[in-house]
Amino acid sequence: MSPDAEFALATRQVEEGGEGLLLLPRRRRSLSNFLTSTVAGFFLFLILLFLVLPIIVIFPMSFGSASYLEFPPRGLTLNWYRQYLSDPDWRAATFFSVKIALATTFSATMVGTLAAIAFARGKFLGKSLFQALTLSPMIIPHIVIAVAVFIAFSPLNLSGNFFGFLIAHTMLAVPYVVLTVVAALERFDTTLELAALNCGAGRIRAFFSVVLPNIRVGVASGAVFAFLASFDEATVAFFLSGVEGKTITRKMFEDIDFNLTPVIAAVSVVLTVISLIVMGVLQAFNRATVSAQR
Amino acid sequence: MTTPMRIGKFAGRAAASMTSSPSWRQYPLGVSVFLIAPLCLLLGFGFVYPVGRLLGQSFFAPEFGLDNYRRLLETPLYLRVLARTVFVALAVMSASLVLGYPVALAMARLRRGLSNLVMACVLLPLWTSALVRSYAWIVILQRRGLVNDVLLASGVISQPIKLIYTEGAVILAMTHVLVPFMILPVFGAIRAIQPELVQAARNLGAGKTTVFAKVLLPLSLPGIFAGCLMTFILALGFYVTPALVGGPSSLLMATLIGQQTTETLDWGFAGALSTVLLCVTLLIVLLFRKALSYNRGISNVA
Repeated sequence: MSPDAEFALATRQVEEGGEGLLLLPRRRRSLSNFLTSTVAGFFLFLILLFLVLPIIVIFPMSFGSASYLEFPPRGLTLNWYRQYLSDPDWRAATFFSVKIALATTFSATMVGTLAAIAFARGKFLGKSLFQALTLSPMIIPHIVIAVAVFIAFSPLNLSGNFFGFLIAHTMLAVPYVVLTVVAALERFDTTLELAALNCGAGRIRAFFSVVLPNIRVGVASGAVFAFLASFDEATVAFFLSGVEGKTITRKMFEDIDFNLTPVIAAVSVVLTVISLIVMGVLQAFNRATVSAQR
Repeated sequence: MTTPMRIGKFAGRAAASMTSSPSWRQYPLGVSVFLIAPLCLLLGFGFVYPVGRLLGQSFFAPEFGLDNYRRLLETPLYLRVLARTVFVALAVMSASLVLGYPVALAMARLRRGLSNLVMACVLLPLWTSALVRSYAWIVILQRRGLVNDVLLASGVISQPIKLIYTEGAVILAMTHVLVPFMILPVFGAIRAIQPELVQAARNLGAGKTTVFAKVLLPLSLPGIFAGCLMTFILALGFYVTPALVGGPSSLLMATLIGQQTTETLDWGFAGALSTVLLCVTLLIVLLFRKALSYNRGISNVA
């Protein structure tokens, strides 16, 4: 029963002169209580607006017809999306970013999963130190990593280069994979693996047909985080990009600084929608797996 | 470990290894080394070597010595940048706490439908690239932007005021980017509080304010601490937002490092600045390592 209905019922009981008074719910709202929760609700609304508004603003921006930034837009157009798609520079940058992100997803998931197994199941000297080193790219300021990688990779012709990006982005993405896969391995019931071993499966077969299917949600989450860690990455991309090999984030960075056109809003919408779709799919996948396990 | 032991009794083949308990679960050293080798190569070439080289350069470029550090400590401009960086990081941390705590509280304590809505409002910015969000703030704060338009239309001001490329703009936009890192650990801490504790307090006559001050707030302190640390550390070394939203008057450590690398090409000095930033960050992490492990929860929520 909702508080309002409860309140109405209790009031009726009081009015009827019964013993309703005793049944008065404790939650009966006084005026001051009502005021506090309204004020609190209002402030919460303002904070949520602060969180969401900047992202919502870019959508009408990208459909507005004026060539300068105008909000709210007067007329609607798909012109900026058309310009984005027909500009060879934007196309090349998008293609380059997607290529790097997909390759990074693959390599970070492989390297990270293998390492996570060693972290969860192995015992070797300096394990905790090594774990800390693996996770440190999450904590260490990206500007330091970016400048360091730029200075070290330039003389090796790895700046503005696919492989340079692959190495740098894989290093940034691996911690996410390690975290999610180690968490999945810790949740995994190892007696299942023992059962497989006892039924005559070898180590490798037990891993692929028992352990891996059970940690697949962790591996998939790690892969999604790895994709976004590369695709949305801007700091290292800013320094490591060259004239030829330029990511979409670097191209955006340049255009924001030099010619602020609504094409950037269109690109922002594209980036945001891709991120939301990828995370939404992951969330749905997680939910489906959790309900299937119940 | 009773279950594996019991199964072991019936399992002929694996019985021998069972008696030495969970050793079967542990992979031998050779396998571990094999599994970890790709990561070693990656971290060695992609992380340790470049960062080590950059730090080394601060002592060797242009010539061996501590000249780069002396320059940092003797130039008032650079000291001001250092102080401003710490100030901005503290401001972002405090703003994140003030704005983030009510949201975390609502997320943990509201009805299911409403709390999901609040959660969506938190995850939406978290999943959006920081670059896109910084751009959005430029759109909102620029001369002919949203804020100026509204203020002009309502007659509060007669001339557009300068909002962008200021320190305030940097703090505002950076708070927006980093506040989810405050909300999630605080949310985790509040959600972990047993509801019986709140009920007990209410039954003993405590009002909502007392429950908050005496139960919820003290028990969520670990989350607050973890969130504050995380936002402070990330704000110290953040590059994208100050580079786009900030101006020459709001130069921070990260933007100064970038400038020294790409514009003045003084890699030795960039190395010295990086070393300082890195050492400060690592020092904070090492001092408060335990509190930070609280943050692991992010990988589950995000």
